[in-house]
Amino acid sequence: MSSLNKRLAIALVLSAATTLAQARDLTVVGFGGATQEAFDKAYFKPFAAQSGKPFVQDTYGGGLAKQKAMVESGNPTWDLVQMDQNEMELACEQGLLEDLDHKQLKNAPEVNPEAFSTCGVGAFVWSEVMTYDPKKFGADGPKSWADFWNVKKWPGKRGLRKQARMTLEIALMADGVAPTDVYKVLATKQGQDRAFAKLDEIKPYIQWWETGAQPLEWLAAGNVAVTAAYNGRIAIANQQGSNFPLIWQQQLYSMDYWTIIKNTPNKDQSYKLLDYILSSKAQAEFAHAIPYGIVNTKASAALDAKTVDALPNAPANMKDALLLDTPFWVNYEEDLMNRFTRWVAQ
Amino acid sequence: MSVSSIDVLHLDDASLVKAHQHSNRRKRLFSVLLLLLHLAYTAIFFALPIGMMLYRAVSNPELLQAFPRTITALSEVNAATPTLLPEAPVFDALEQDFINAPNIAVIGEAARRLNYENSGYRFLIMSTARQYKKPASDDPLVTTAQQRLAAIDPRWVSPQLWADFRRASPAYSPYYLLAALDLKQTDQGVEAVPENQRVYIDLILKTLKIALIVSLLCLLLGFPFAALMVKASRPVQVLLFLAVMLPFWTSLLARTTAWIVVLQEKGIVNTLLLRLGLIDQPLPMIFNLLGVYIVMVHILLPFSVLPLYNVMKSIPPHYMRASASLGAHPLRGFFHVYLPMTLTGIGSGTLLTFIVAAGYYVTPTLVGSAREQMLGYFIAFYTNTTVNWGMASALGLVLIACVLVIYLLAARLVGIRQIAGLR
Repeated sequence: MSSLNKRLAIALVLSAATTLAQARDLTVVGFGGATQEAFDKAYFKPFAAQSGKPFVQDTYGGGLAKQKAMVESGNPTWDLVQMDQNEMELACEQGLLEDLDHKQLKNAPEVNPEAFSTCGVGAFVWSEVMTYDPKKFGADGPKSWADFWNVKKWPGKRGLRKQARMTLEIALMADGVAPTDVYKVLATKQGQDRAFAKLDEIKPYIQWWETGAQPLEWLAAGNVAVTAAYNGRIAIANQQGSNFPLIWQQQLYSMDYWTIIKNTPNKDQSYKLLDYILSSKAQAEFAHAIPYGIVNTKASAALDAKTVDALPNAPANMKDALLLDTPFWVNYEEDLMNRFTRWVAQ
Repeated sequence: MSVSSIDVLHLDDASLVKAHQHSNRRKRLFSVLLLLLHLAYTAIFFALPIGMMLYRAVSNPELLQAFPRTITALSEVNAATPTLLPEAPVFDALEQDFINAPNIAVIGEAARRLNYENSGYRFLIMSTARQYKKPASDDPLVTTAQQRLAAIDPRWVSPQLWADFRRASPAYSPYYLLAALDLKQTDQGVEAVPENQRVYIDLILKTLKIALIVSLLCLLLGFPFAALMVKASRPVQVLLFLAVMLPFWTSLLARTTAWIVVLQEKGIVNTLLLRLGLIDQPLPMIFNLLGVYIVMVHILLPFSVLPLYNVMKSIPPHYMRASASLGAHPLRGFFHVYLPMTLTGIGSGTLLTFIVAAGYYVTPTLVGSAREQMLGYFIAFYTNTTVNWGMASALGLVLIACVLVIYLLAARLVGIRQIAGLR
């Protein structure tokens, strides 16, 4: 091999190596389902059309394991990731996420300042509410979590999410604890015992769901009579012909966040996508696609009354609402989740 | 080629022996190389991960990485009086650790670990770390590190915290392994956790019970099936073979989901039984223990049938004819002649099914209720949901240990060579 050929070969190998290192396309990861479809419609498709670059979508079921593994091995395969609030806080503490640089986001001034956290910016406000099968109970359905426990008056299986978070709050509210006192009670051993004792009352009736789509499938199939479910999922099911009522009374609400994985090679591209997501046009599009609360103040102000009424943070829906207490869950989640998992398996 | 063969023809005996040895050595070298390759493969993909898991189950580096000065200071002072508060140098060291932390991630990991000792410590550590990131306030009354820490959170001056801190600080700790056996370390030594927190012993027993029942059911179904496969004519044999192997070649998830369609409340079986008027209400056949047994037996049947078939195929049919000609009842012939010769197949098939069943995860998750979850579910729970990899590793070790014990017991009863299929 002549020296020129050799040099050419080396140059080829090197350029191949660098393209390999940069070859990974921007990867955005969400929790899937109806929400991701709304993301896709409002954010991802228009952004891909605008930027003209290839673009990968993935889904996961929450948790920090994948993020931890990819950051610790120095090979991040995700870029922009949807996370719930307490997992974001935990991941942030463990150094799995980039600190958010507001300067990279042109649309940041339009975003509600409360939506910003060290490692993330609010994706949307969601809510878990009660709903039931109108074919079984008509207009005279259960109206509160206390009614949810009344299996005599409203017989049938109950759907709850298989996790401690939200389930224990629901149990305490059903036991007569005011939403404002829920976390004070739950921070004590007696309060935790009280929540589990309350759950014991209807344990045989509970059918546990693990993904947001399940409770509505079960409701439609007649497997459960009353269930807790995400308001967006109920709205989508109703758009597709169902007629499930949303009981906003004592709703549990929180915010999901967009986060950027630490040391990702696609950081610039991730900020570009995030900036697009935060733009008022894209945010309005999202709120129309699925009724979850948006963070761009300009976009929220311009929404029509019908769309606003369906959002978790509409004033009429906020009566007796419970904001999930993230600091509480960051502290207690592992302990209570362990106890809950054991209790469920017994 | 032709040149060298002509050369060989002209060689004398001594060099012929030499050449033979030479070629033999090359062959041997080749086999050793192949063996080395296999050993390297086993080491990298089997021994290493298991070794790492073993290490994860006892490794406890979080506090040592975040608070090295504090732990050194703690070891130098009043180790004999664990009920008391540590002395001033420890608080000074702690303050230095917070100020000089390399990054928040190290502190976050320590907070997660300490939180296992008592819920709430995570917040204590993280809020203290945040305080030390801010510029210090100039309160003339607060002069010592102890006072500054107590002002941030009074728990820093509680003896309980320091007892927990000491327990969580060694580089290696039996904490996870003990927890996997419903035990915990206290100041008085190892003791069982309170009744309402015990779960893993029950879980281990439940896992072994499900695996045992599944492997026995597989044996009961698989034995006559394998015997039929041996006896049947060629076309029927092919059909039977396909019946076992075809599902085996299909994706596990697809088969499990198919069973949900068949067994659910409005599924094929219930609809049929209802139409026929045999039942008034749909039978609950899925999302319970029955569902787990049905689906697992179906999926694991080939693991029982194939070893049985292998053994039965080699039993000469004239043995049974001989026993009949000597006047033995077919049943007697079966129990005294046929069955003993299939014991190796029974042993290896059942053991194989048992080992695979004990590690099952996807199937019980999909077709069982919350009550039928096996060890695998909890390992996944700690790996993915709480990111407590120490606990996941400890439970994994418990599973390996259980399977190993069963394997050794079986090896004693049936013989290790038979189980490995060497005889």
